[in-house]
Amino acid sequence: MEFQVVWFILWGVLWAVYFMLDGFVFGAGILHPFVAKSDTERRVVINSVGPVWDGNQVWLITAGGATFAAFPTTYALMFSYLYSALLIILFALIVRGVTFEFRGKSESGTWRKAFDGAILLSSFIPALLFGVAFGNIFQGLPMDAQGYHGTLLSLLNPYGLLTGVLFVLLFVEHGALWLANKTEGQVRGRASGLAASVWWALLVVAVLFLAYTKFATALYENFLKSPAFFAVPALAVIGLIGIKVLQSTGRTLGAFFSSCLTILMVTFTGVIGLYPNLIPSSIDPRYSLTIFNSSSSAYTLKIMTVVALLFVPVVIGYQIWAYRVFRHRVVPEEVVKDRHAY
Amino acid sequence: MDALMLSRLQFAATAAFHFIFVPLTLGLSLLVAYMETKYVRTGDEMYLRMTKFWGKLFLINFAVGVVTGITLEFQFGMNWAEYSRYVGDIFGAPLAIEATVAFFLESTFIGLWIFGWNRLPKKIHALSIWLVAIATNLSALWILLANGWMQKPVGYVLRNGRAEMVDFMALVTNSYGWSKFFHTVFSGYVVAAFFVMGVSAYHLLRKSEVRLFKSSFRSAATLGLVASILVFITGDFHAVEVAKVQPTKFAAMEAVWDTQKAAPYNLIVMPDPANERNTVEALGVPKMLSYLAFHDGNAEVRGLKDFPKDDRPPVTITFLSFRVMASLGMLFMLLGLVAFVASRRDRLESYRGLLRIMFFALFLPYLGVQIGWILAEVGRQPWIVYGLLRTSDAVSKAVDGTQVFISLVGFTLLYGFLGAIGIYLMVKYAKKGPEEDLSVLVSRTRAQEV
Repeated sequence: MEFQVVWFILWGVLWAVYFMLDGFVFGAGILHPFVAKSDTERRVVINSVGPVWDGNQVWLITAGGATFAAFPTTYALMFSYLYSALLIILFALIVRGVTFEFRGKSESGTWRKAFDGAILLSSFIPALLFGVAFGNIFQGLPMDAQGYHGTLLSLLNPYGLLTGVLFVLLFVEHGALWLANKTEGQVRGRASGLAASVWWALLVVAVLFLAYTKFATALYENFLKSPAFFAVPALAVIGLIGIKVLQSTGRTLGAFFSSCLTILMVTFTGVIGLYPNLIPSSIDPRYSLTIFNSSSSAYTLKIMTVVALLFVPVVIGYQIWAYRVFRHRVVPEEVVKDRHAY
Repeated sequence: MDALMLSRLQFAATAAFHFIFVPLTLGLSLLVAYMETKYVRTGDEMYLRMTKFWGKLFLINFAVGVVTGITLEFQFGMNWAEYSRYVGDIFGAPLAIEATVAFFLESTFIGLWIFGWNRLPKKIHALSIWLVAIATNLSALWILLANGWMQKPVGYVLRNGRAEMVDFMALVTNSYGWSKFFHTVFSGYVVAAFFVMGVSAYHLLRKSEVRLFKSSFRSAATLGLVASILVFITGDFHAVEVAKVQPTKFAAMEAVWDTQKAAPYNLIVMPDPANERNTVEALGVPKMLSYLAFHDGNAEVRGLKDFPKDDRPPVTITFLSFRVMASLGMLFMLLGLVAFVASRRDRLESYRGLLRIMFFALFLPYLGVQIGWILAEVGRQPWIVYGLLRTSDAVSKAVDGTQVFISLVGFTLLYGFLGAIGIYLMVKYAKKGPEEDLSVLVSRTRAQEV
């Protein structure tokens, strides 16, 4: 297999794992005003993601770094073409990160309320915009030899927005299931209730998305060429149904893992559909950025493959260990007592 | 203003802001790890309270450092797309490696450290902060190997209209990157040492928690003395490297216009770039400049007039930043030595004059490291990759001035706000001092329960 293909797969894996891991942090951030009423409850929600959110976010940094190292032309053009959209995502991620650390550092009610608002917005905006960005990449960007012909507003087209809503709902569902597994009492009850009802909205939007994708993008062509790949979107659907089945039979942890499967498979579905493009041109396929015309040299890709094979398994190993260390449910008494908690 | 100038301003502002927080992280992580190790070894509760006090300041600082680092990775693509396309084949690798081998480690174990106090065995908990400290320094290594490549490009060929990597080991063993790495991390340790001494001095002057802050001061003074000497040695070594591979930067640093053998070092110089001369040159030490540049008093130092005007960096900024940085570096050794000697005495808290000086000296290393980076980056101009790619050819074509203007305003507001909150919290928790003795707290809680 060519190194470009190896790196295309890795690129997809990095994004998929990022969405799976940061997805529930976004979801918990969006949900926290709705599932947590008192300050202590809000701290429970924030502390449930506290130990892991930073490590989760590095998957994004690595996805960005991998794009730079493996497909520098795509990195350069994607980031400069989508300048304003990425700037907004970046600002939101900056705010979210400090908010977790700073919110609990003052007793003032106004201070904490301001940070609660900041958590909601800085979770919702990137969730939506990552979806909008990927929706537009699935459709292709208006680019040719002269460059890019779109604007920030042209990204907000119906398909882009639908993908954005799909991402928000996927993450909200994911976050609700996370909280249902990681909290106790009223927060757990509200989160479970929301997971059950948001699921229906997610189902409707997912069906719309699958149908609209047929008309707005060329993603299905690869699947029609090699039907075996239909297993991937099929698994996404199974995952989605699995969430409902498992949750309604009381297996909440299973439902969360089913949600993980859904997010991974939805991302892979998009990635497989894109191949061999990283960003298709909606004007003329000759201007598409493919893994072959935008990649680094074989030598660089080989070096990077060795690094990835050596270190990514280690990273996965200690991250799983960290999740095991914090596998308990977060309870109000603990948060109140622990002076290190957020 | 055009997109180029605005993009340069934005990168300078965001990188400088990021680097307010990074150096403290580099050194304070080590000090906190050392304190916690002392606690694990001795079982003395004071070290635990010390670890927690400095750990809290570390975390506030760390949070702003981490989030502002994301900006830099994004900006290469957003504002410097032509650069990214031209050198991504070789420059992207160290950035991706940094995320994979260092940033993951740092971010995962900081979570374990913050939330793991009651969940991890003591030794594993202390190991977590050591891993954070190692990862932070490892992170600096890869970033500075990337920057070292921009200063002294190695291991590449020009092929397919771009710079392609042909020798990864050349990138990894680039002497410029390594000397920059050591110079930078040691200066980070100076920042942290002076930070800990400064905050400790504040409390010692108020006679609060004397034992704890004397002990903190003592550890920091040792680090401060050793690190400031190492900064000086690595700086000298680094200057030789600069003279060899970046003659324009070196000439601008010293405001040398005419090539000369056995060049003297003038203590007082006032450059006049418009007329390509110095208006004042006084108190010359014979052969000293040649010695500093090549460790050979008779060596030839090339002057700026040897190079086309288009290839020269801005002389006044480069010259002044070097002079100020070097003077501060010497001051840090002096203060480090005095603080070290004083910290060995039992009556440290009675040296009120010294403690006052050390309190105000807290800010000086911050100034030093900022100026150091101004020298490194402004001195490299007009090149983004020295001798290979001009900064003016590196800027994104798809981004116009208005977009960058808006983003620059956005960054200024957001970072101004972040900085204000960060500093407010640092001051608040630094003044508040360590949490009460845990045993006192436990007995009081028990009393309340009864």
